[in-house]
Amino acid sequence: MAATGVTKVDRSLAMVTEALGAWDWLVIAPVALPLLGAAALLLIRKRIAWHAPASIAIMLLMLAADVGLLIRVWNEGPVHMAMGSWLPPFGIIFAVDTLGAVFATITAFIGLVCAVYATAEIDTTEYRYGYFTFYLLMLAGVTGAFLTGDVFNLYVWFEVLLISSFGLLALGSNPIQLDGTFKYAILNLVATTLFLITVGLIYGIAGTLNMADLAIKARSGDLGAPVMSFGVLLTFAFLMKAAAFPLNAWLPASYHVTRSASSALFAALLTKVGVYALLRTLVLVFPELGETFAPVLLIVANSTMIAGALGLLASNDIRRMVGWAVISGIGVILVGLGLGEAAALSGAIAYAIHSMVVMAGLYLLAGAMSWLAGTDSLFKMGGLAVHSPALLLCGLGIVLATAGLPPFSGLWPKAILVEAALSKAAYVTVGIILVNGLLTTIALGRMFAFGFWRAAQMERSELAPFPLLSKSRIVPVATIAIVSLAGGLYPEPWLAASRQAAAGLLDAATYINAVLPEG
Amino acid sequence: MRTVIFRTVAPFLTALMIIFSIFILLRGHNEPGGGFIGGLIAASANAVYGIACGVSPVRRSLKFHPMTIAAAGLFIATLAGMASIFAQAGFLTGLWTTVNLFGQTIDLSTTLFFDIGVYLVVLGTFSSIGLALEEREME
Repeated sequence: MAATGVTKVDRSLAMVTEALGAWDWLVIAPVALPLLGAAALLLIRKRIAWHAPASIAIMLLMLAADVGLLIRVWNEGPVHMAMGSWLPPFGIIFAVDTLGAVFATITAFIGLVCAVYATAEIDTTEYRYGYFTFYLLMLAGVTGAFLTGDVFNLYVWFEVLLISSFGLLALGSNPIQLDGTFKYAILNLVATTLFLITVGLIYGIAGTLNMADLAIKARSGDLGAPVMSFGVLLTFAFLMKAAAFPLNAWLPASYHVTRSASSALFAALLTKVGVYALLRTLVLVFPELGETFAPVLLIVANSTMIAGALGLLASNDIRRMVGWAVISGIGVILVGLGLGEAAALSGAIAYAIHSMVVMAGLYLLAGAMSWLAGTDSLFKMGGLAVHSPALLLCGLGIVLATAGLPPFSGLWPKAILVEAALSKAAYVTVGIILVNGLLTTIALGRMFAFGFWRAAQMERSELAPFPLLSKSRIVPVATIAIVSLAGGLYPEPWLAASRQAAAGLLDAATYINAVLPEG
Repeated sequence: MRTVIFRTVAPFLTALMIIFSIFILLRGHNEPGGGFIGGLIAASANAVYGIACGVSPVRRSLKFHPMTIAAAGLFIATLAGMASIFAQAGFLTGLWTTVNLFGQTIDLSTTLFFDIGVYLVVLGTFSSIGLALEEREME
C-alpha cells in the first residue's frame, strides 16, 4: 500500500462521533444482558443449581434497565443508538419510544414472574437441555423486536424469538409436544417468510429499511410503487403472528403442549409482538396503509372476538381454553387499530398491556389448577377450593380481570375502546365487545365453578391426597392478580403511559426528528 | 466410508482444513472470508474426521462439547460488542489498536474478537448438528 493517494475522510458524515454516556447504553442493555446470560448459562449448563438464580438475576437487571429506559423516554422523547456507530439510515439503529419502552418493561416483568413459576415445574433434564438458555434468548428476541428501529432488524428478532420458542415448545420431546411444535413451527415460518419477502419488496421500492426514513418516504408519497401489495403481505404476516381470526388455528393447537410457565410466556409476549409490529408499521411508518386497512382490521377484530369467545365456551381442556382467551384479547386490541385514532389506539395499547399481564396469569392459573387436580379436563376437575383457598382467591381475581369486570384492570381499556367505537358510530363493534365480555365471563365462570366450587369428581384414595401448592407456584399467580387489581383501582399511570405511547405513534415527526435530525 | 486410504488421509485433511479455516477467519477483515465461512470450513473438517474415524474421536479431539464452544462464541461476540462502552461509542463499534509483539506489529480490533465469536458459534453449532446426525447413522 503506497502512501500516495490517501485522502482525508470526514468520519462524521458516516458515523456517530459524539461521545455516548453510560446512560445511552440503556437502549441496548435489555437485549445485550439476556444474550450474555444465555451464553453464560449454556457454558455452565451442567451446574443446574445456578440456572434459575442466574437467570432471575439477569431478568431483574433487564427490568431495571427497561424502567430506566422508560423514565428516560418519558422525559426526553424517543432515544436511539446506532449499532457500530454507523449513522442511520444506513446503519442499523435501536430507536425507543414510549410504546417500545412500555412493552419491553412488561416483557421483563412477565419473564421474571414466569421464571419463578418455572422453577417449580421443570425437571433436571429440561435444565440440562438449556430451558433457561432458550428462555433468555426468547426474552432477548422479544425485547429486541420492541426496541429496534429497523424493519430488517425486526425480522431478525422475530427469528430469534421464534427459534427459541421452538426450543421451549419441543423441550421434553413427548409426542404431543412434537405434534404441537410442528404445527406452530410451520405456520409461524410461513408468516415469517411472508414478512421476509415483504422486507425485500420494501427495500426494493424504498431503498431503505430504517423505520424513520421509511416514514419520511411514505409521507412524501414518492414511493410510487405498489405500496398496497406489500401492505397486504405485511398485514397478513403480522395478523398471523398475532393469531387473529382466521389465522388463529396454530395457537390453541400448540400452546398447551409445553410447561405452563412457557405457555404463559408465549401467551403474554408472542402474539403481542405481532400486534406491536402492526401498530408500528400501520400507524407510524405507513399511515396511509393503516387508513386503507382500517375497515378490514375492524372486521378481523370483530370476527376474532367472536371466534375467541366461542372457542372459549366450547373447550373443556382448561389449558386449551386459555389459548382461546388469548385470541379473544387480540380481537379487542385490533379494535383499536381498526378505529385508528388517538383515543382508540391508546385503548388498544392499554388493553395490550393488560392482556400481557393477565394472559400470563391465566395460563399460570390453569397450570396450577391442572397440576393440583392432576388433569386438564374440566369434567374431571373439582374440589380445588377446599385444597387451596389462596389459589381460589387469586383465580377469582384473574378470571374477573380477563372478563373485564371491575375492580380489575380489564375494565378501563375496554371502556375506552367502547367509547371510541361509539364516537365513530361503530355500533356492531360495541355490541361485539360487550357480548365478548359476557361470553368470556360465562366461559371462565364455568371453569371457575367446575374447578373450584363443585365437589371433587375423581376418586382419590386417602393415600394420595392433593399435593400442596408450593410458594413458587402460588406467588407468581398472586403477583399477577395483585398487579391487575392495583391497575384496576389506580389506572391513571398505565393509562397515561398508553396515551403517551399512542400519541408517540401518531406524532411521526418527533420520532423522525429524534432519529434523523437533518430530516 | 471406513476405507484404509480415507482413514489415513482424514486426520491430515482435517488438520489442513482447520488451519485453512483460521486463515480464512483472520483474512476476513479486509478480504473475502471471515468468521462465518471460517467456522463452516472448520465444522466440515470435523465432519470429514467424523465420517472417516467415527464420532467419538472427534468429540475427544474437540475437548469441549460443541454446544459449549458455540456458547463461548456467543459470549465473546457479545462482549466484543460491549467493549465500546469504554470508548463512549455505541454497541458493536469497532475499536482498533496495534500491539508490538516480538518486533512484529499486530493490528487488533474488537471486530476481530466479534469474528472469532462468530467462528466459534458456527463451528460449535454445525459440529453439534453434524455429529448428532453421524451418530444416528452409525447406530
